[in-house]
Amino acid sequence: MRILTATCAAVLMTAVSAAADEVAPDDVTFGEYGAVETSLTGTEGDAENGAMVMKTKSMGNCISCHQVSALSDAPFHGEIGPMLDGAGDRWSEAELRGIVSNAKNTFPESMMPAYYKSSGFIRPGDGFTGKAGEEPLPPLLSAQQIEDVVAFLMTQKEE
Amino acid sequence: MKLKALTAAAALLVAPGLALAGPDDDTLVINGETEMVTKTEAPAHMEETGISEIISGWHFRSDETQALEMDDFDNPGMVFVDIGMEQWETVEGSAEKSCASCHDAPEDSMTGVRAVYPKWNEEAEEVRTLAQQINACREDQMGAEPYGYTSGEMANMEALISLQSRGMPVDVAIDGPAQSTWEAGKELYYTRTGQLELSCANCHENNYGNMIRADHLSQGQINGFPVYRLKNAKLNTVHARFKGCVRDTRAETYSPGSPEFVALELYVASRGNGLSVEGPSVRN
Ligand code: HEC
Ligand code: HEC
Ligand code: HEC
Repeated sequence: MRILTATCAAVLMTAVSAAADEVAPDDVTFGEYGAVETSLTGTEGDAENGAMVMKTKSMGNCISCHQVSALSDAPFHGEIGPMLDGAGDRWSEAELRGIVSNAKNTFPESMMPAYYKSSGFIRPGDGFTGKAGEEPLPPLLSAQQIEDVVAFLMTQKEE
Repeated sequence: MKLKALTAAAALLVAPGLALAGPDDDTLVINGETEMVTKTEAPAHMEETGISEIISGWHFRSDETQALEMDDFDNPGMVFVDIGMEQWETVEGSAEKSCASCHDAPEDSMTGVRAVYPKWNEEAEEVRTLAQQINACREDQMGAEPYGYTSGEMANMEALISLQSRGMPVDVAIDGPAQSTWEAGKELYYTRTGQLELSCANCHENNYGNMIRADHLSQGQINGFPVYRLKNAKLNTVHARFKGCVRDTRAETYSPGSPEFVALELYVASRGNGLSVEGPSVRN
């Protein structure tokens, strides 16, 4: 238990120190059609890490709803949303940042979860425990993870 | 509806290899004799949903899982019916009675009961689930402790009682005194809860037939409850399943037996009006 607490504290501290140049979830500026022009961190995204975030169930879990050919090494791609092959052709970086941060600004009523949002939920929970959570909740992905995912999506070009 | 058609078309276009999409066309006959209604015309109140056909969860499961429900010797839920029968005959409580003392044989007294629950109780002036009625009898008639709402004992008893309605159409009343509860349940069905902001309808109305990760989404019907799940190797009650689905939206769940889940159960049951009572059914 001690060790766990120590680790948690360490994680918290990194989060806090990183937060200095980060845009907080409530401060993100969305354009009229949902795009987010400025980087959430100022640090360039890492596409390889973005791919990992998208495949991992406890992180983005994007493939539970989307098929992505480039991520076919991970099993069980869902079919709720469109296939993401070629997303980098269809959307600009700013548009993708907007979609991943809060897709509901681009697609009203979308079923896609908002990955960079921390308050304004109905019956917010504490993760998957079924117990009550207290807002502001940690967003589903960190600012840098969002940038990493956007960097990966920008590599998805078909031409 | 338009959106759904579009999504379905898109899914077909991008994934010609995924033949799994949609429910299958098999027929459920139990023990080679009881033919079940597993697909039928949607009840009138569902017109606005765009769903014209209601479909049992059985159709969305693999052939192997489906087969387990086609023969009582293979159905792992049936042993719990036997245990439920022992409970039925066991004297408990200060009145020194068993269920059998008042209700005789379940084949005689309980036929058709499962099909109409949740149901308005005139005396208590409330909509009661089958579980609440069972516990009302235990407390008020027997002077016994209530079963835990989602306990094994409750699931066993529900399985025994459900079996007496096997093959009969679900037929819960949604008008009259039950109407306000039904409306409340409907509201909950469309409420997008938790950090994932998902409603029952997002998954079970707009996306049944689609895969979400490794799961083939059904319409989330409850005509098959209690359900034996291969995943946890036990009988599962309706409210335990609701709780799991709400938890998976990263939400604070409602409690089993709460007014919210009772209302939701009535509403979800009414979306299955016309399907055969299947409990105890088998799912993965
Ligand atoms: C619960 C299902 C779900 C999850 C999980 C999900 N999405 Fe989506 N996504 C959708 C749906 C549905 C759409 C279609 C837009 C709409 O709602 O009309 C969409 C649209 C998109 C689009 C635009 C589609 C295009 O190419 O035109 C992108 C890009 C996208 N999602 C990326 C992601 C990423 C990245 C993740 C993970 C961080 C993710 N999605 C997780 C459901 C989901
Ligand atoms: C002392 C007699 C008595 C005992 C013991 C008893 N019940 Fe009842 N039960 C009743 C009465 C009376 C009703 C109410 C009849 C009505 O309101 O329609 C009832 C109603 C029910 C109903 C609803 C039937 C319907 O048509 O809606 C169910 C289900 C039920 N009992 C199950 C049980 C079970 C299970 C047990 C044992 C755990 C049990 N009862 C024990 C007297 C008893
Ligand atoms: C994120 C998607 C999702 C949401 C939201 C969701 N469920 Fe489910 N539900 C599932 C999955 C996956 C299964 C298992 C496969 C299936 O039967 O659809 C399931 C199964 C069920 C079943 C069992 C069906 C059977 O035949 O055994 C019921 C009942 C159910 N859900 C009800 C609900 C209700 C009520 C809600 C709203 C409170 C809800 N679900 C919300 C994904 C979801």
